[in-house]
Amino acid sequence: MKIGIIIQREYLTRVKKRSFIIITFLAPLFFAALMFLPVILMESSEKFDEKRTIAVCDESKMFYGKLENTEVNTFLYIDNDIDEAKELVKNGDYDGVLYIPATTLSVPTNAEIYSMKQLPMSLTSHIRSSMKQVVEHQKLLASGIDPAIVKASATSINVQQIKMSEKDGTEQKSFGEFEFILGIFLALIIYMVIFVFGGQVMRGVIEEKTNRIVEVIISSVKPFELMMGKIIGVALVGLTQFLLWAVLTLAISGIASSFLPTPEVFSAGTVMSEQITEMAEAESSSALTEVFEVINSINFKDILWCFLLYFIGGYFLYSAMFAAVGSAVDSETDTQQFATPISLMLIIPMICSSLIANAPDSSLALWMSMIPFTSPVGMMLRIPFGVPIWQIAVSVTILFATFILFTWFASKVYRTGILMYGKKVSWKEIFRWIKY
Amino acid sequence: MNYLEINNVSKTYGTKKVLNDISIKVPEKSIYGLLGPNGAGKTTLIRILNQITMPDSGQVLLNGKPLQPSDIANIGYLPEERGLYKKMKVGEQAIYLAQLKGMNKKEADKKLRHWFMKFGIASWWDKKVEELSKGMQQKVQFIVTIIHEPKLLIFDEPFSGFDPINVNLLKNEILELRDKGATILFSTHNMASVEELCDNIMLINKGEKILEGSVRDIKQQYKNHTYDVVYKPNDGGEETHLTVSSTNPNELISDIISKGELVSFNEILPSMNDIFINLVSSSNQ
Repeated sequence: MKIGIIIQREYLTRVKKRSFIIITFLAPLFFAALMFLPVILMESSEKFDEKRTIAVCDESKMFYGKLENTEVNTFLYIDNDIDEAKELVKNGDYDGVLYIPATTLSVPTNAEIYSMKQLPMSLTSHIRSSMKQVVEHQKLLASGIDPAIVKASATSINVQQIKMSEKDGTEQKSFGEFEFILGIFLALIIYMVIFVFGGQVMRGVIEEKTNRIVEVIISSVKPFELMMGKIIGVALVGLTQFLLWAVLTLAISGIASSFLPTPEVFSAGTVMSEQITEMAEAESSSALTEVFEVINSINFKDILWCFLLYFIGGYFLYSAMFAAVGSAVDSETDTQQFATPISLMLIIPMICSSLIANAPDSSLALWMSMIPFTSPVGMMLRIPFGVPIWQIAVSVTILFATFILFTWFASKVYRTGILMYGKKVSWKEIFRWIKY
Repeated sequence: MNYLEINNVSKTYGTKKVLNDISIKVPEKSIYGLLGPNGAGKTTLIRILNQITMPDSGQVLLNGKPLQPSDIANIGYLPEERGLYKKMKVGEQAIYLAQLKGMNKKEADKKLRHWFMKFGIASWWDKKVEELSKGMQQKVQFIVTIIHEPKLLIFDEPFSGFDPINVNLLKNEILELRDKGATILFSTHNMASVEELCDNIMLINKGEKILEGSVRDIKQQYKNHTYDVVYKPNDGGEETHLTVSSTNPNELISDIISKGELVSFNEILPSMNDIFINLVSSSNQ
């Protein structure tokens, strides 16, 4: 089969490109870094922080012995006045001096800290919160309230949403924020994938046309075979990249977590939730437990299937249109007038993404996930919340029927377009080509 | 035996008649020139032969049978607008294009290396196309066109972009291919090469056939009875050069002999270039 030879070339030339290899191998490092960096930074900020001693020159006499020492910060209370204390800092006896002036009011609200070197923000915020606690405590006592009562009355409220299934009435906990984020994330990936790889198809077509190699090739194969070969080849490049990203990201995070002292924080899935459940027994209904309960309740396998279906359908639909655009123009700069309306159809559901994900069962969301041009993005936004299977079936059917129809249209435009050199083409002309 | 026959082929784009009832017969193992000014319909005719476009009416016979999709393997086509993938290696690309013509990879590799040696370009095999000069790329394209040993070769302006040395190399290759049994359709504006290579030609203008025949017959048909005469006058003067028009060469010769000693006597046949220009400009009026 000649289309096989074309697919092979389209695939291999892209996969062997330096840019493909670099992006494929660097991106997982980047993903892994995004996962680990905050934790590593948190860990190391403590480690890299030098120990320091802060002299406390407290004229208000309210804070003696009340500032909490931490691993790196030691507070020493001195009786010297502030000028003497500054001299001590200059001599290097202390790293800094905290000066709390006596105020005319009963409670001090200001403090100054003198040092030779810049002191970290963590120190000032630690001092601020320590002092705040002391002062609040004092105020409560002054107005005759027991601070313990105030502490006991602090409350946080959780509203648990539970969705009842239409069919069997089973109840499912839902944690709106998480599904919202997951939906936006999936939609964004589909959106980017269609643009990136659809764009590659378009550029490939333009390349063949401007190279003038196209006439040699279509004297050997049908234009349809060349177009489909390219579309399928690029699709396989996309799937390869996904697969490698998934495998490499998991591998890198696996390796990295084994080197880190507290692996249980990162390792995903069951291990995590088991530990969370244990924790949950000790500390019931914490927000974190809820999140993991919801994560466990989401069917990732179904999401993955839907993602693949909509990726394939959406990619083929749009890349066929992009191939037709590429065939009709002479250079990439001429693509604007045709590519913009096509891109717009894909951008619309992205603009509405928060509306859709906020109310995934609204009629807007339903329409966006049914119209084939918006359904790949629209449906991804709804999927994490759970979508009735009949809706997915209808939407996927419409999408695939449209992609077959548009591939046919595109091939007609493509067939005429690739042999049209040096001619500015209008929309009207393109519609005429479809009728040929 | 005609290897290629085109019978009454017409093609219309919109309201424009690009080809009007064109018929040609190309004998096996001959070189057939397809001549005509820009926009005459040559490229459309060639695309019909390559099954890139379909004729509105008429028929193309290859080896006596109607043209079929499988005939792709029997045709080698070097288009006027030609190019290669710039980022791909030369050898890889040549194999790819040969595979699209139906060769298997191993066979293509072997034959291509042989031709690369023959053209003295074996060292380019692993180079990227963008590193080659335009003329070098043309050599690769020529090899790719003929590598699957097609019975019918279609060359559209094959010499454009070549230096004189390589034009010569190519001409010899084309003649050798014909002698080995290929039938060649040759489209060009270069009339000198037409006279040199073509056995038969067809001239089309605005989709209409305006002239067809063997190069020799056509020249005879359009000769204007002009003779180039050189003679030594009897009075002992310098050798004299004359261009004379006459319908009776015998009379002309005896006339000259009476004046002096005849050194040479040649009929001046019109060049294909003159015939081309005369016919096209008169058919445009």
